[in-house]
Amino acid sequence: MEIRPILSSLHKHRVPALLIVLEIALACAVLCNAVFMIGQCIAGVRAPSAIDEQGLSVISLGGIDEAHVESGMARNLAALRAIAGVQAAAAISDVPLGPDIWYDGLTARPDEESQINSSEYFLGSGGEQALGLKLLKGRFFSAEEFADSTLLPSHVSSSHVVLINESDARRMWPGESALGKQIYGDNAAWTVVGVVADVLGQDPNGNGPAGMYSSIFFPQRPSASLNHYVVRSAPQDRDRVLRDALQVLGKLEPGAVLEGKIYADMRADYFADTRDMAWMLMMVCVVMLAVTALGIVGLTSFWVGQRRRQIGIRRAVGASCANILHYFQTENFLLSTAGVVLGVVFGFAVNVYLMENYEVSRMPWYYLGCGALALWLLGQGAVLGPALRAAQVPPVVATRSV
Amino acid sequence: MFSYYLNLALRSLRRNIVLTSLMVSSLALGVGSCICMLTVLRLLAGDPLPGLSAHIFFPEIDPQPATGYVPGQAKPMDAFTYVDAMNLLRTRKAHRQSAVSGFKAKIVPQSGNLDPFFTNGVMATADFFPMFGVPFRYGSGWSRSDDDGAVPVVVIADYVNDKLFGGVDSVGRMVRIGERDFRVVGVLRHWAPQPRFYSGGGYGQGDGVFLPLQSALAAGMSTQYFDCYVQGDQRDLRTAPCVWLGVWLQLDSEADAQTYQAFLTHYVGQQIRQGRFVRSDVALLGLTTWLRDEQMVPEDVRQLTRLAFGFLLICVVNTVGLLLAKCLRRAREIGVRRALGASRATIFAQFMVEAGIIGLAGGVLGLAFAQLGLWAIRHEPAEYAPLAHLDVRMFAMTFAIALVSSLVAGMLPAWRACRISPAIQVKEG
Repeated sequence: MEIRPILSSLHKHRVPALLIVLEIALACAVLCNAVFMIGQCIAGVRAPSAIDEQGLSVISLGGIDEAHVESGMARNLAALRAIAGVQAAAAISDVPLGPDIWYDGLTARPDEESQINSSEYFLGSGGEQALGLKLLKGRFFSAEEFADSTLLPSHVSSSHVVLINESDARRMWPGESALGKQIYGDNAAWTVVGVVADVLGQDPNGNGPAGMYSSIFFPQRPSASLNHYVVRSAPQDRDRVLRDALQVLGKLEPGAVLEGKIYADMRADYFADTRDMAWMLMMVCVVMLAVTALGIVGLTSFWVGQRRRQIGIRRAVGASCANILHYFQTENFLLSTAGVVLGVVFGFAVNVYLMENYEVSRMPWYYLGCGALALWLLGQGAVLGPALRAAQVPPVVATRSV
Repeated sequence: MFSYYLNLALRSLRRNIVLTSLMVSSLALGVGSCICMLTVLRLLAGDPLPGLSAHIFFPEIDPQPATGYVPGQAKPMDAFTYVDAMNLLRTRKAHRQSAVSGFKAKIVPQSGNLDPFFTNGVMATADFFPMFGVPFRYGSGWSRSDDDGAVPVVVIADYVNDKLFGGVDSVGRMVRIGERDFRVVGVLRHWAPQPRFYSGGGYGQGDGVFLPLQSALAAGMSTQYFDCYVQGDQRDLRTAPCVWLGVWLQLDSEADAQTYQAFLTHYVGQQIRQGRFVRSDVALLGLTTWLRDEQMVPEDVRQLTRLAFGFLLICVVNTVGLLLAKCLRRAREIGVRRALGASRATIFAQFMVEAGIIGLAGGVLGLAFAQLGLWAIRHEPAEYAPLAHLDVRMFAMTFAIALVSSLVAGMLPAWRACRISPAIQVKEG
């Protein structure tokens, strides 16, 4: 296809041509950044966590008399385990994404300052099985370790052993086995006895990406800080198990405030805002693409209408319908290309600006590529209608006066 | 003259319904999504205490140890230890001052068959109510002597009063919170600053119960938000090396703020001399600055707002293109008008009126789109979602944005139109 005549025609209609280019460029820039944001939202919502998320139910037990916690716990757990369908039950300080945030800075050397908030989980006996932690190396806690450990008045575990996340093990001791290593907090040290597959921290949205998979587990004997019961069952049983568990605990702890939730719902609630965000972004993107397409259709239609006579002449001197169709398609392709190139530069610049001024990470190049491709296809799709109409202009138009 | 332009514009817009509706709906979509996002942003980043926030300040000092301290680069802590908060309060250097912390209050209803429940509670000192302009339905806040004497009194929110007492005047009645009974001294009208800046943030309905700080501590209540800067016994927050209290001040003038800042520096100097403190950084932040500093507004909502403006820009460019197409098509008509004596300014005005009409129509449709968007947002589970409503200011804003963007969009086509030379057009016909 000869593009010189197209260029000279575009040159004659500089302003409308520039407007199409500008519109495509803006749409491309906004689309890339929006899709990048959607991608990050989805990555957050989908973040894996190596516990039995589908089988867990969590019951928080609030406002019970601290003096009776210890005696009540064994009885409560026995009652929970007796419910049909319950595979495991344990008391725990909080669950991943749970509301009771408990952070500490932990390091591999005693004199270091940690830059990361690690989420601390205190497990009652059987907590590893109840959560469904996946042991990668080493072992879980022993009965003695559970019995010996409690919270000191300084809110530090008196335990000597911990389980840590795979990510932390790799971060703190790259290339080495973490087993048997000492992990340090303020004036305290613990030995790593096991490494588990990555479990999410308590507030990944607030804690930032660095602390997302920094979780550490301590054994603990019955005490007031173990105020959540986790109950594990088959996913199809969990609704009934939760109902039964609430009833059982309600009878055993009449003065307590019980809140029960299926873990899958807890997770969905935690990420509700992020999901909303992704939806809104997607809506904006779709509407924006529609507006851009309509803009292209509108301008090209106008263009075709204005050039009916020229098209007629071209047809009269021998151009086929396909020639006319290709003419408008090529013209749109040239405009889209210019727009997309400009848009990629814009999009990149916006990302760099946001990175420097706000907490936004660098956009991988393929978002730009996908945005460019989408706008290209959109342009070709939008131009098809007006171009087909142009191709239908009969040669006889040339002979009529305007 | 204006009515003539109006007539011309309406005729011209009617002549090409498809192009007109494209322009109007494109503008409306841009305006609608912008207004939607701005409403959410204003809800989240708005002024939690309209009319008062300019006088509300938050001091910050830094009790942390020397480890890792780089003078001038450290940020003071965003809360106070009990000791420092009490020291500041005792001096009464500000017009009003209150130490505030949030906690989870377990309410144990004594009558009927209501189960115990948790509500958001606030422990504070007496100035809290007058300083934040808290409105009362019945009774009032407590006094400073109630603070000092740790008198077990409570102020409850309207919704707690509805739940416990069926909405009647409950002043003088008892509410059991945790293990202790508290006497109601006041019932609030609806009061829910967005966000709940004074007790850990968050949106939605306000706090349920308000207790004098000393009474709450005496009853063994404790906040769950605390940050300990060194190891130590954390069982009693009054002596623990942990920050957990916010100190809020009312300072009525710039001079008062400067005086207080000087006092803070003096206080920290004194503590350093006594060996309690190492770090000398202090800060005195106004409420709005503090909100930004604490990043209380979710960053992604700001992102979305920027995106919506980007979208509006696209819609404006789109409208420019379509208007231009329309005006170029009417070159002959313009040529004839010019030949008959219309000045350039007249042609320009005529096209701007046409753009303005598109803007107004876009505003009306944009309002519908915005309402639709907000309706969708209200059905989302986010904490702030139920509060997303269009108010009068946003209503006016919709038309302002629509009109301004359509006029901006109309400028280029109008300019092009008024430069069309009459001779060529008339000759060609």
